[in-house]
Amino acid sequence: MSEQGDGSVALVDVSGVEKVFRRGSEDIQVLRDLNLRVPAGEFLALMGPSGSGKSTLLNLIGGLDHPTRGSVTIAGERIDQLSDHRLAAWRARHVGFVFQLYNLMPVLTAERNVELPLLLTRLSKAERRKHVETALEAVGLRDRAQHYPRQLSGGEQQRVGIARGIVTDPTLLLCDEPTGDLDRKAGDEILGLLQALNREHGKTIIMVTHDPHASARASRTVYLNKGQLTHEAPA
Amino acid sequence: MHLIWGNLRRKKTRTLLTLLSIVVAFVLFGFLSAIKQALTGGVTLEGANRLIVRHKVSIIQLLPVDYKRRMERIPGVAAATHQTWFGGIYQDPKNFFMQSPVIPDEFLDMHPEFIVPAEQRQAWLQTRTGAVVGRKTAQRFNWKIGDKVPIQSTIWRNRNSTFLWEFDIVGIYDGRDKNTDTTALFFRYDYFDEGRGGWGAGQVGWYTIRVTDPAQAAAVAKLVDAEFENSSYETKTEPEGAFIQGWANQIGDIALITASILGAVFFTILLVTGNTMSLSVRERTGELGVLKAIGFTNAQVLALVMAESCLLAVIGGVIGLAAAWLLTSRGDPTGGMLPLYFLPARDLLAGLALCVALGLVTGFFPALQAMRLRVADSLRRI
Repeated sequence: MSEQGDGSVALVDVSGVEKVFRRGSEDIQVLRDLNLRVPAGEFLALMGPSGSGKSTLLNLIGGLDHPTRGSVTIAGERIDQLSDHRLAAWRARHVGFVFQLYNLMPVLTAERNVELPLLLTRLSKAERRKHVETALEAVGLRDRAQHYPRQLSGGEQQRVGIARGIVTDPTLLLCDEPTGDLDRKAGDEILGLLQALNREHGKTIIMVTHDPHASARASRTVYLNKGQLTHEAPA
Repeated sequence: MHLIWGNLRRKKTRTLLTLLSIVVAFVLFGFLSAIKQALTGGVTLEGANRLIVRHKVSIIQLLPVDYKRRMERIPGVAAATHQTWFGGIYQDPKNFFMQSPVIPDEFLDMHPEFIVPAEQRQAWLQTRTGAVVGRKTAQRFNWKIGDKVPIQSTIWRNRNSTFLWEFDIVGIYDGRDKNTDTTALFFRYDYFDEGRGGWGAGQVGWYTIRVTDPAQAAAVAKLVDAEFENSSYETKTEPEGAFIQGWANQIGDIALITASILGAVFFTILLVTGNTMSLSVRERTGELGVLKAIGFTNAQVLALVMAESCLLAVIGGVIGLAAAWLLTSRGDPTGGMLPLYFLPARDLLAGLALCVALGLVTGFFPALQAMRLRVADSLRRI
């Protein structure tokens, strides 16, 4: 892990990153010479207007995409240089994702949805079951383990999404507008849950959001505009 | 596995309809295999060392009975015996089964696949009007040993100037294996030859010869035909399989007909199942993206989609083959025209292989499409 200016160790080190998408004959530069360091144990909010590059940055940090230029180093490993195959294995070990629309498998129960990332590990069935119970317990949904997503409220589905994100105890939890599809009350519950995961379990969380109310729950907020970090605000 | 089952259950009606189309295709496969078996499958392992000698012009032209001695002098020929088409009807023309006059000892030695108990064989040798009948036909008409059976020939008039012949059932033969036809009735040639009035006396339908070395069968066939070249009764000698095939081919090229029908059916099924899988993948772009995001590799996503299509094809195929097996195991649906009508084990195995192949082929392109999805793009599409 790289050392920051203030001497703390950065878990996430995004350095000189550019991302260009090609649409037909046109090049669209989404990120420009972007630098970002996130220390381990931080709850960081990424804010900015639509099209500012928040989700693209999150995808690069999560190893879902490669930067056009620059480097992305997570826990000391240059993930921008990994092949697709190794990147998939890296994601399975190090990253938990929480999506705006929950993205649960509608054909699986809550329990089976949470179990999905564990299928990529060498854990036995009994061990997987134990991990799933712990994760569902952590999000307060152990009694809904056998329910299908359609039988759960939006807030409950997002909790299942979070349980799926943390079940492998990843290095990093990446949340893309996790409260964007929820009412205020359910959104608050989810933010409280993320805060608890950060404070009580030391999870490093990076959250993309439009909502100042949500970003207020983070320990630091950085702002993006036109592919560049403009300023930041500590909590 | 939960995910695979779950995905198949996602659109129940669509999956059920696709499954039904696969079931129907494999039932058809089973039926056509049984028909092909019935028309062309009367060749046993014994047949590998047997040749059929018939008149060069047509099977309905007769050959002299004394050809037997000349054939047995040809190098490579171990034994020869003859049969003649009797064309008999028992009670009703629909009650079809083959009848043929033979020389009992020679015939049974030539065809070890017909199992006749020793005492019944003995009784046949001692009874001029005696006949042995296959188990299937005996059961079909409830014939027992000792019964007197009247059969009306469509070809041969007897000394009483009628076409009605009577035979005493002295034996019931069984087949050594499932491939053996147990529907025919064989009776003594001496009774037939003395009984037929005038026309055709001293002449027989065709010869079966056993060669000493099956590897030399083609050379022996040439020698036999050369022996009778330029005579009034030139011959055509061919392997038993080709001879039986020739009978079947009077309807047409059975193999080509069945292959054409199956080809058309499976091509359609390929499109139907491929379309189902393709739609299914397109509808799940986001979900597949999520799987990739949480760490499933491209190969694992490919395998997941392939497994779904294979499962669908195998379930449909196994149900279809099982239904075909059950339906064909009830036996010949034509009342005697297709005595060897059954679904052979090798075709069942070929059917199972075809299920898997169908699953692999129909799943390949949708799976490739799923594998090539870029995670970030597929998540954006949700």
